[in-house]
Amino acid sequence: MAEIWQGLVKAVELIVSFDPEVMSIAGRSLTISVTATLLAGVICLPLGSLIHFNRFIGKRTLINFIQTFYSIPTVVVGLFVFLLFSRAGPLGGLNLLFTPTVMIIGQMILITPVLLGLTVSALSGVDKAISETARSLGASDFQTVVIVLKEARFAVMAAILLAFGRAISEVGLALMVGGNIRGFTRVFTTAISLETSKGDIELAIALGIILILIALIINIVLNRLQQR
Amino acid sequence: MRNKVASYLALLVLTSLLLGAAGCRASLKMATTTSLYDTGLWGYLEPKFEKKYNVALDILSLGSGAAFEYAKRGDVDVLTIHDKANEEKFIAEGYGVERVPFAYNYFLIVGPASDPAGIKGMNPEDAFKKLFETKSGTFVSRGDNSGTHSKEKAIWNAAGFDYEVVRKAGAWYIEGGKGMGPTLQMASEKQAYTLTDMGTYLSYKSKLNLVPIVDKGSILLNVYSVIAVNPQKVKGVKIDLANSLIGFLTSPEIQKLIGNYGVEEYGLQLFIPCAGAEPK
Repeated sequence: MAEIWQGLVKAVELIVSFDPEVMSIAGRSLTISVTATLLAGVICLPLGSLIHFNRFIGKRTLINFIQTFYSIPTVVVGLFVFLLFSRAGPLGGLNLLFTPTVMIIGQMILITPVLLGLTVSALSGVDKAISETARSLGASDFQTVVIVLKEARFAVMAAILLAFGRAISEVGLALMVGGNIRGFTRVFTTAISLETSKGDIELAIALGIILILIALIINIVLNRLQQR
Repeated sequence: MRNKVASYLALLVLTSLLLGAAGCRASLKMATTTSLYDTGLWGYLEPKFEKKYNVALDILSLGSGAAFEYAKRGDVDVLTIHDKANEEKFIAEGYGVERVPFAYNYFLIVGPASDPAGIKGMNPEDAFKKLFETKSGTFVSRGDNSGTHSKEKAIWNAAGFDYEVVRKAGAWYIEGGKGMGPTLQMASEKQAYTLTDMGTYLSYKSKLNLVPIVDKGSILLNVYSVIAVNPQKVKGVKIDLANSLIGFLTSPEIQKLIGNYGVEEYGLQLFIPCAGAEPK
């Protein structure tokens, strides 16, 4: 257990000295996961609203289907995206395998079920009276959706935070489609995996601690935004 | 409303920039074996190559099985690997251009100092025979179709066993399914025997409770080769850059560096250079 204390010490060392490799890993991990979460949000918030506010055949089945994918292993999504973007695969010509871009795409695919499903749940939690009142006061469809989303903002923010958490903490996909290339696609999780397999437990723990600190900062920032 | 549209557009622009940027970067993708990567040799050679040829060297550290698969799919341009039988098959099937050995060392069987199976100093084939027959020692296998795993299978075959029979031989035979470093750590934890290459063993030695048990035997020769993926069979291979890497690895300057790597730290050569020629 002394390794954990050593890891903490190492984490402080790495942060204070602005260790360039750690900085680059941090920047890359954040860019990839934040972009993936933002882009997934742009798709899932409107799509989730569409699903919630409309009645259609198979709505219940669709929601069940989405919720099933909450549990999909990241390495399975990774394998799927790998096969898609491999040179031998259908999208191979795009030359995107082992790049940060494909990691963003992969993480988007990974977190869409969670973000979509939880958005629908969040909207379902809002009292129907709100949307009815809005409509009776003359609000358009778009305005009604915005009003209900605002009412559900705490649950929606929780969904976004969870989606981001799933994106930045996953290893399987990042490893398979990113390749853990030093200086290009190495992120926190893949670096921790490598250092652990090399037996450098202290460095692995240090990286883990720094990752959690970053997640904490993001949480604080997003919560502040929510209070406004 | 206008702000929303503006932000959507901004995100689209960002996305396309990212997508565009990914395609424009000049890079050579190389798959290397985990045992070679974990010794740190590539960390040492990579910047030299990148500086000399002004191109990014993207290194993927994989088991040999995965490396061959990625090469066949065209996801890497060149391989540095140590699995002679599968390398020759790879080339015979047309996927590789030529097998160019560039360094070698030896495999060895390591195990607990107490040597419960009493195999110290035997030759590899006899040692495996005794392990199988007496079942008095645990053996951790890579179990992952890596070069090291292939060598292990070759030793079992040379000793007269069918590998599939060995796999089911009992609880003393463990298939770890991991890279060389983690396999050594597992063997150390379990005080078991395992087959390892010299390079990785030396790198990890200080963290392990294992000693060399069997290190003599011609079957233990471990040759690292570099193979360019064949552009005539696989689409999109960067053959010029791949050939540059082959030239780099077999150049006198780099051959000397490879031979010197680790000598100061471990007191032993981790790799013996052999510039293109198959060692005896």
